[in-house]
Amino acid sequence: MTAVGDAALQAAPVHKARGYWTTVVRRLARDPVSMVCAAILLLILLATLFAPYLHLADPYQGSMIRRLRPIGTPGYPLGTDELGRDMLSRLIYGGRLSLLIGILPVILAFGIGTTLGLVAGYVGGKVNTAIMRTVDVFYAFPSVLLAIAISGVLGAGVVNSIVSLTVVFVPQITRVAESVTTGVRNLDFVDAARASGAGPITIMRVHMLGNVLGPIFVYATGLISVSMILASGLSFLGLGTKPPEPEWGLMLNTLRTAIYLNPGVAALPGVMIFAVSICFNMLSDGLRSAMDIRN
Amino acid sequence: MLVYIARRIIYVIPIVISVALVCFLLVHITPGDPLVAVLPPDASQELAAQMRAAYGFDRPLPVQFGLWFWKALHGDLGTSIASGRPVFTEVMRAVNNTFILACTASVIGFVFGVFFGLVAGYFRNTWIDKLATGIAVTGVSVPHYWLGMVLVIIFSVTLNWLPAVGAGPGGWAWDWEHIRFLILPAVTMSVIPMGIVTRTVRALTGDILSQDFVEALRSKGLRERQVFRHVVKNATPTAIAVMGLQLGYLLGGSILIETVFSWPGTGFLLNSAIFQRDLPLLQGTILVLALFFVFLNLVVDVAQAAIDPRIKRS
Amino acid sequence: MTGLDPLADVGGGAQPLLDVKGLTKHFPIGGGLFAARKLVRAVDDVSFAVGKGETVGIVGESGCGKSTTARLLMHLMPRNAGDILFDGQLVGADFSLRELRRGMQMVFQDSYASLNPRLTIEDSIAFGPKVHGVADADARGLARDLLTKVGLRPEVFANRYPHEVSGGQRQRVNIARALALKPRLVILDEAVSALDKSVEAQVLNLLTDLKREFGLTYLFISHDLNVVRYISDRVLVMYLGQVVELGPVDAVYDGPVHPYTRALLAAMPAMDPDARTQVPPISGDPPNPIDPPSGCRFHTRCPFVEEICAKTVPPLAPVDAHGHGAACLMAVPGSGHSRAPAAGAAA
Repeated sequence: MTAVGDAALQAAPVHKARGYWTTVVRRLARDPVSMVCAAILLLILLATLFAPYLHLADPYQGSMIRRLRPIGTPGYPLGTDELGRDMLSRLIYGGRLSLLIGILPVILAFGIGTTLGLVAGYVGGKVNTAIMRTVDVFYAFPSVLLAIAISGVLGAGVVNSIVSLTVVFVPQITRVAESVTTGVRNLDFVDAARASGAGPITIMRVHMLGNVLGPIFVYATGLISVSMILASGLSFLGLGTKPPEPEWGLMLNTLRTAIYLNPGVAALPGVMIFAVSICFNMLSDGLRSAMDIRN
Repeated sequence: MLVYIARRIIYVIPIVISVALVCFLLVHITPGDPLVAVLPPDASQELAAQMRAAYGFDRPLPVQFGLWFWKALHGDLGTSIASGRPVFTEVMRAVNNTFILACTASVIGFVFGVFFGLVAGYFRNTWIDKLATGIAVTGVSVPHYWLGMVLVIIFSVTLNWLPAVGAGPGGWAWDWEHIRFLILPAVTMSVIPMGIVTRTVRALTGDILSQDFVEALRSKGLRERQVFRHVVKNATPTAIAVMGLQLGYLLGGSILIETVFSWPGTGFLLNSAIFQRDLPLLQGTILVLALFFVFLNLVVDVAQAAIDPRIKRS
Repeated sequence: MTGLDPLADVGGGAQPLLDVKGLTKHFPIGGGLFAARKLVRAVDDVSFAVGKGETVGIVGESGCGKSTTARLLMHLMPRNAGDILFDGQLVGADFSLRELRRGMQMVFQDSYASLNPRLTIEDSIAFGPKVHGVADADARGLARDLLTKVGLRPEVFANRYPHEVSGGQRQRVNIARALALKPRLVILDEAVSALDKSVEAQVLNLLTDLKREFGLTYLFISHDLNVVRYISDRVLVMYLGQVVELGPVDAVYDGPVHPYTRALLAAMPAMDPDARTQVPPISGDPPNPIDPPSGCRFHTRCPFVEEICAKTVPPLAPVDAHGHGAACLMAVPGSGHSRAPAAGAAA
């Protein structure tokens, strides 16, 4: 920048700065794939939230005479399950539990993991060693095995599923948070903040959090995809909720016996898990490139 | 190199001990007395005390852990409560079956992953790239237990080409009579590593192609096919490393697929251990699988260091 | 202008604002199961003083410990040994670290990395005063005043993010941020080194103006000898973590004593082609600070090296009566070096 350029910029019209996240959201909104995924997710979320107002059939009310009706049966747009219950209603109500046990562990792990990683990365030294070596131990287990082991030992149940998945994801997020924090911590502006006399808590809040949260958030949105599959997988194994509660993984399990009779209906709950999982994955990819402001 | 291997091995020792500790503690976070699973519900006080002493549950926890770990190091993982057979024998037989399945799936996933990744990276930002990355993201997003069901619906129920469940008559053999049972579960299992390898190889290919030395090769008049060979040569070590780790995940994560296909491996064993509350079997299976994973990580690290000298320095 | 008041003067004009005694920093590196731990002697027994209202330059090749010295003075990293007295006071004993940070501020080399990319320029400048209890609105007003002082129109720049302004403008922001706490001493660590020559000149002039206006004291660290000569009153030459020569800037530039200083100045592009010195230009890279040479650390590259140089550590000896000193055996009477003045001769 030459002196002339400096002067020209000085004279530039008053400039209203846009925040980082505003820019990211604008860039994301320009990506059609991300927007379609976001729309699908929003639709599913709203449907499950407002299920009672959608005039659906009772998801618990079965009938022996109308079992396993195919997709497109009048009155039963998505057919009926092995106990004659309306599939559309069960899929929508089932989304409530499935989304809860899929998303909540990632949110919990995001909070815990970010805190641990931030502390480990900022404080460093022995604190870092203690936190990261503990994390390494959990990393020594394949995640599916760890989730099933903890769930298996704790026993079936929604809360136990959420606990076991949270335990699986905390080490992963902690690792990401720690490495991002360590990278940011070595930048001069953190030293400048320390030089201004600010304490560690203030620096972490004002200067670190805003810079580390983005990458961790992207990573966490990608984890939701894995979490959805794992959470429904636990239910599929019988480690989640119990019948007759509707839940996608459990429905997939109970419909397994029906694949010879009505394969279309039997595959439906998996379609839902798949849709949510792939949408979160693509949204995470879109977010990652939207946050890469250099492009 | 030897120093590096030695250092890696020494670093693994505390991990192995901690993994064992977690496996040990798993049983002790179980709600209620671990004896409940062993004892008949109407057992007398004396019998309970006797069993407590027999299993060593009356001693302090660190002592229990020490004894258990010492025995485990000698291949004694206790006795299965459900079958009465040694846990070690049961696990090893199951590990063999899981290994067959996971290795086959790894090979399939690796081959397709490298292929899609190379193509996508080479034709970056064309429709070919979009298709290949689409397949990759589908691979990592699909609930594989559901994919297994869909494949069964298509190839077993509708077309009646392949069997839906089991591992064939008798023990395992590499003949068509058995292999046809392997195809569906192995293909199902291969989609996750396929997706991950595709992503890795695509990124690697893109990086390598944008580097100066490729430009130099091209300006030297090298034909595209030879440039491609260079890319393959440079991307392979990382792809193999990624696949090695994926094999570990498959070994540990096979439970869902094994359940869908009733494949008699560790996942199946784990499943029955959970539902029969067979804690020694559960503990033993998890320990063996986790140690396998740690070992695989070690092998991958060392192999990578052997191929790429830059890793050792960092 | 609302905001903070500068720290009060304690010792009067004769007391140095900054007095550094035996400052030492060793970094352990490597080490593990098989390798023994090694030490990088980044800063080794460095002593100097900075008078009130003075500008002291520190020059030396990259890796000589200049930046580590700056960070040690700022208390951004712990030191292994040495005392840092600020206006005669010791941190921890006479006043707190927080107070020191009001009195002493720093401008870093990398103008981009030293600003938080998520904060607006105004927020970055206002952060320090807010930490010290200034109300948000006052701190913002102060930030805008300071932007004007460093030559940036607040209505244009206050709400911008660091990536939206040029390198020279960012460094002006960094200077404003440093001044926001009303410091008495500003450490400028290669603060103009990354800038284009024309911008560098503007920023140097700004620094000179600010110094006059706020009555500042500067410690100016740079590898650029011309810039150091332009801005400094006194200069300090460092080599491998040690001070090899120090003195008034003209005395050192016109009559360098240490062979390293002579080589540095010889390597400097001279304005006058007839003014070239006959000293052989320096050769090779500085030795590894992990395992510095014994005796005089420069003896491996020195054209006048003798046996004694590898054995004896040269003390920082006075060259004249005006504060010019050098750490070379050739300047120490009776040191045993053949070129040294005879023992008992007046220095």
